[in-house]
Amino acid sequence: MNYLYFPGCSLKGTGRAYEDSILSVFKGLQLPLEELDDWNCCGATSYMAISEMKAFALSARNLALAQKQAHSRENCGLVTPCAACYLVLIKTQKYLEEFPQIGDKIKAALKAANLDYGGKVRVRHPLDVLANDFGPEKLASFVKKPLKGLKVACYYGCQIVRPYAEFDDQHNPTTMNRIMHALGAQTIDWALKTRCCGGSLTGTIQEVGMRLSYILLREASRLGADVVATACPLCQFNLECYQKQMSREFEDAISIPVVYFSQLVGYAMGLPEKELGMKRLFVPFEFTPVAEPAKGGVHVGI
Amino acid sequence: MPVWRGWDKIKYQAQLDPAFAEEVASIPGGEKLFDCIQCGTCSGLCPLSPYMDFTPRKIIAMIRAGFKGEVLSSHTCWLCASCYACTVECPKGVKITEIMYATKRLAIREGVSPKRFAIPVLAEEFFKDVESNGRNSEGRLIMKLYLRTNLLKALKQTSLGLRLWSQGRIGIKADRIKRKGELQALLKSLEKEHMVRSPRDTSHAGEGK
Repeated sequence: MNYLYFPGCSLKGTGRAYEDSILSVFKGLQLPLEELDDWNCCGATSYMAISEMKAFALSARNLALAQKQAHSRENCGLVTPCAACYLVLIKTQKYLEEFPQIGDKIKAALKAANLDYGGKVRVRHPLDVLANDFGPEKLASFVKKPLKGLKVACYYGCQIVRPYAEFDDQHNPTTMNRIMHALGAQTIDWALKTRCCGGSLTGTIQEVGMRLSYILLREASRLGADVVATACPLCQFNLECYQKQMSREFEDAISIPVVYFSQLVGYAMGLPEKELGMKRLFVPFEFTPVAEPAKGGVHVGI
Repeated sequence: MPVWRGWDKIKYQAQLDPAFAEEVASIPGGEKLFDCIQCGTCSGLCPLSPYMDFTPRKIIAMIRAGFKGEVLSSHTCWLCASCYACTVECPKGVKITEIMYATKRLAIREGVSPKRFAIPVLAEEFFKDVESNGRNSEGRLIMKLYLRTNLLKALKQTSLGLRLWSQGRIGIKADRIKRKGELQALLKSLEKEHMVRSPRDTSHAGEGK
């Protein structure tokens, strides 16, 4: 299957490290991603608060463009790493199918722009592609530097598992954990893995947003995680960039690396750190593999 | 425009707006609003409910009772981070997150969203940017947000901004799509369908019922 790639605004901005790592990991796995030409904003949360119809229209344009760019391929996979983009694109598809009054209006709007969408695009999250299409076994065969001894807190956040995603369990998602195991890492049993990080509230009502992120980090450190792995640019930003302010605000020194799951995949594959955007992190990710315990001879009693 | 600040705990039937619940429920799948059994699962799950003036359960009850002014001028819907925990767990399938979105849109349309409150301002700026450029540029958006709401906070965030900039994670250049005409034709055609309802805001013309 060939995949198109929809970056959305974050992967070109604060989530640059996500884009760097996704592109190089997919290339390394021989699944090169082709960027969707002239994509526009997905119409995520903030836009939907003003006009839902226009948000659907924006997403529909992206879907129509994807269908066109996919040429003759029967089912086009549109890889969407940002959780908000992922949710809105899937929501649009569902609403176009389920509610004819919306479908008709959007179809007419697309026609006015000389576009057409026939419903042939499949919106995919990179976690979905890696865990379900590619598979952990095959991924493990690409691992050159196993993450032996690394304890990872897999953080899924909300919008990739709720309410529309079908690739994982809404209550207890495991795709990222399976990927981490394939890399040789350990994962911690973490009840907060789908709890809200505060979303855009850290930028608006900072006290509130920061507290939600802080609760997540505190719990991850308490459980002994070495690193938090995320799959959403906003989650990564919230959890990572405010750690200094959190330490001040909550009088509790907090410092834990927060990386994209794709950065860990690339790291384990032995890809150069520059291609994974490791330099773009606030809290550097450092890892020394745990040496295998020496297998000594068997003690034989005389 | 009526002023809805402050609210009465007791209201006479004549003061309520019986059409409000229908208005909110007119979103796709919104009729489930009337199935709510007031169990409070949504409020219990919501990570933001401790900060809300009315919890999600209460907002649903108030919408159904017709407390239009109180609901639309409250901070509740703006604090919803749309994590969808309530929607997924609701035993009656009420689309609570979508209802929150519907009240956000109504509040803006009626011009009663809390003034100088950063969240609706962010939404408006985001909308404008996408409308004209087809894309949103994070750096510019945050700058405009602080200019309109809190200059002091902008100063406090300078070091964070500079650090992001040095890592190539934020810029002030606007990101634009190539075929702007195509996008404008698309959005315009939705505006034509319904006449503009409120002279204050023209951006909701496409909101169908």
